[in-house]
Amino acid sequence: MAPALKRFAAPEEVMKVRQSLEGRLDGNRPRLAICGDTGCTVCGADGLAAAVKEVMERKDPAGRLELKVTGCLGFCEQAPVVLVFPGAYFYRKVKAADAEEIVEKALLQEGPVARLLYTDPSSGKKIACAGEIPFYRHQERVLLDANWHVNPLDIYDYLARGGYAALLKVLGGMSPGEVLGEMKEARLRGRGGAGFYTWLKWELCRTRAGSKKYVICNADEGDPGAFMDRSLLEGNPHAVLEGMLIAGYAIGAVEGIVYLRTEYPTAVAKLDQAVRQARELGFLGEDILGSGFAFDISIVRGAGAFVCGEETALIRAAEGKVGEPRQKPPFPAESGYRGRPTVINNVETFANVPLIVNRGAVAYRAAGTENSGGTKIFCLVGKVNNSGLVEVPFGTPLRKIVFDIGGGIKGGKRFKAVQTGGPSGGCLPEEKLDLRVDFEDLAGAGSIMGSGGMIVMDEDTCVVDVTRYFLNFLKDESCGKCFSCRVGVDRMLEIVGGITEGAGSEEDLALLEELALVVKDTSMCGLGQTAANPVLSTLRYFRSEYLAHVREKRCPAKVCRALFRYRVDEDLCSGCGFCARECSAGAIGEGPDGLYLIDPAVCNRCGVCVEACASDAITKE
Amino acid sequence: MCKRPLEVEDVLTRVIVANGASVVTALQEIQNNYGYLPEEVLRAFSRKTGIPMVDIFNTATFYNAFSLEPRGRHQITVCVGTTCHIRGAGMLIEAVSRLLEIQPGEVTPDREFSLETVNCLGCCAFAPVMVLDGKYYGNLTAGKAREIVGRIREEAAEGAPEADEGESGGSREGVC
Repeated sequence: MAPALKRFAAPEEVMKVRQSLEGRLDGNRPRLAICGDTGCTVCGADGLAAAVKEVMERKDPAGRLELKVTGCLGFCEQAPVVLVFPGAYFYRKVKAADAEEIVEKALLQEGPVARLLYTDPSSGKKIACAGEIPFYRHQERVLLDANWHVNPLDIYDYLARGGYAALLKVLGGMSPGEVLGEMKEARLRGRGGAGFYTWLKWELCRTRAGSKKYVICNADEGDPGAFMDRSLLEGNPHAVLEGMLIAGYAIGAVEGIVYLRTEYPTAVAKLDQAVRQARELGFLGEDILGSGFAFDISIVRGAGAFVCGEETALIRAAEGKVGEPRQKPPFPAESGYRGRPTVINNVETFANVPLIVNRGAVAYRAAGTENSGGTKIFCLVGKVNNSGLVEVPFGTPLRKIVFDIGGGIKGGKRFKAVQTGGPSGGCLPEEKLDLRVDFEDLAGAGSIMGSGGMIVMDEDTCVVDVTRYFLNFLKDESCGKCFSCRVGVDRMLEIVGGITEGAGSEEDLALLEELALVVKDTSMCGLGQTAANPVLSTLRYFRSEYLAHVREKRCPAKVCRALFRYRVDEDLCSGCGFCARECSAGAIGEGPDGLYLIDPAVCNRCGVCVEACASDAITKE
Repeated sequence: MCKRPLEVEDVLTRVIVANGASVVTALQEIQNNYGYLPEEVLRAFSRKTGIPMVDIFNTATFYNAFSLEPRGRHQITVCVGTTCHIRGAGMLIEAVSRLLEIQPGEVTPDREFSLETVNCLGCCAFAPVMVLDGKYYGNLTAGKAREIVGRIREEAAEGAPEADEGESGGSREGVC
């Protein structure tokens, strides 16, 4: 049905094809969207899609129903997820065996399959329409909306949603200066972490002399617990390409590079396909749509190094060298890739650009705060009920994200902290939950926005242990160029490690604080400068937990192994002996009364016995 | 993962023609072909391009994706992202480590298994996560992880057919 890929020579041809595509993604057109993102695939979405296809071939030879395998639909907790149109019915934890019923109902348009619907935990009622589920209802999904509708492997889906209209508008009569003006007016800020104003970066680069300039898309999403950029690249890759094209036009570049993390093979494949299709249709290459503007994009795969998310390191890595950061200035806008002026922005930043051009800066800015326009995507994960991809306007309170959207803490436990900004971010306590997420507000509270990871921790998480975890991560990933980061992080790790092992003292806390400030002040790149954040933020908000470790040699969350022990509750022990059989340390033996006992001196606190015990008799103390 | 390796000369010609002198992409090609970076190939690459061996070694050890050692026939990767950490990834590693008697980064003496960690696989909703021969396992516990690895080891010991190779290496199917 889709027209063959034929190069567009002029904007009118694009318009004509777009007209022919009208209604293609209409909400009333019967179709199924199966989430094809990593999370859902892991839970069996591939098999489900195959089963649905098979049933459709049998029951719907006329092809009334359409199947789309999309990017991330957002609600990862419920994977594998299916959306059914019309109605936007949301099915959760769908199995291949459900395919028959789903297709039948969809063909007859008889409403949803009730047993697959989401049940609202507070009211106990089933909710049919995705948009009414609290997880989605409290969001403002502007960027992520496309993921519900678009087949990322088909450029015509993107065109049907008005894709490349922003490029047309720009080429059709906006000067580079006007494009920059829109970005400025929109208050678009870099979504990669530092929140630098995008227009300022572009302006710096545009005003540099020289004809050879570059646009780089930073897709080296290295923060653990963050997959926003992957979801955009896998769900709607053309939006990112279009944003890069507009950036290229605005600064006068002819070449773009996407530096993509090697751990994301699916994103590489999808983006590669998108670039090829864009090239075939004439959105990339020479004389784009007869405008005289030329721009092409290539993909460079990373090789796994956290520090390469830092822009100067990334540029070196893209050049095929060891990705070490360098001193700024000169900024990449002055001297970047191969020494040429380079604009480097994050995936999500580029994805916002077409939106601003299409809607106009003023409408775009209606969401967000005074200083930061638009929405931000977060990865809400950890000990929260509704893990998934969340998009909210800047300025949304943390509480709304964690509780209204996230549905609160798993298993009715108590909230302890939310960690924002990746490994070099900070942990924020309950009293900071009313903080609005914004670059300045988060920084003021001792954390950072980072790229948008948001990890929720409950009472069973030990913040000292988490701090040790982050320091260990940063020690591994420090490039080693600056002494203060290389050695400072290592020493901080030693001290915090000592505290988790019960060998810490109160003086250690003062030393730790002093050291953290030195690392912060004397490291060259953004990573080193923020490497102390986990230490400083936890010392600031969770000092009592540190004190319990050093004064009482007690880990309140019972995580630090040297500071708790396992015990068999005699009242609950049934004497089955499963625990002893599973214990690889040989620490469990049968007591005289037929009940089992754990020898704390031999036990290594691996916790396998807890899992093995059928009567929940093994507890921590 | 590694298909029939090409001759060293062929690999080098392809690497150099395709990538000029970008060390990173060259190493990616070499590793794609051999499954790791064999020293003799790196030396040949150095001779051919004039790039000093020390620079090649520097790059190879800087990036996590490169391995100077051959990996095991079965590759186990445990995610140690933040979410996996707070949901017990450490216990998984310990259980697998103890079962196979190797530490992360090591290969069993019979070259059957290698154990590695990765900073984040981005499927945090199913944390903790482990990948075995390209297949993802989510919502794991130490006991479950031990059971899964133990089963593959038994199959390997019984000389079961090369079950997973080719088919699922790189696919993302899994259990959660």
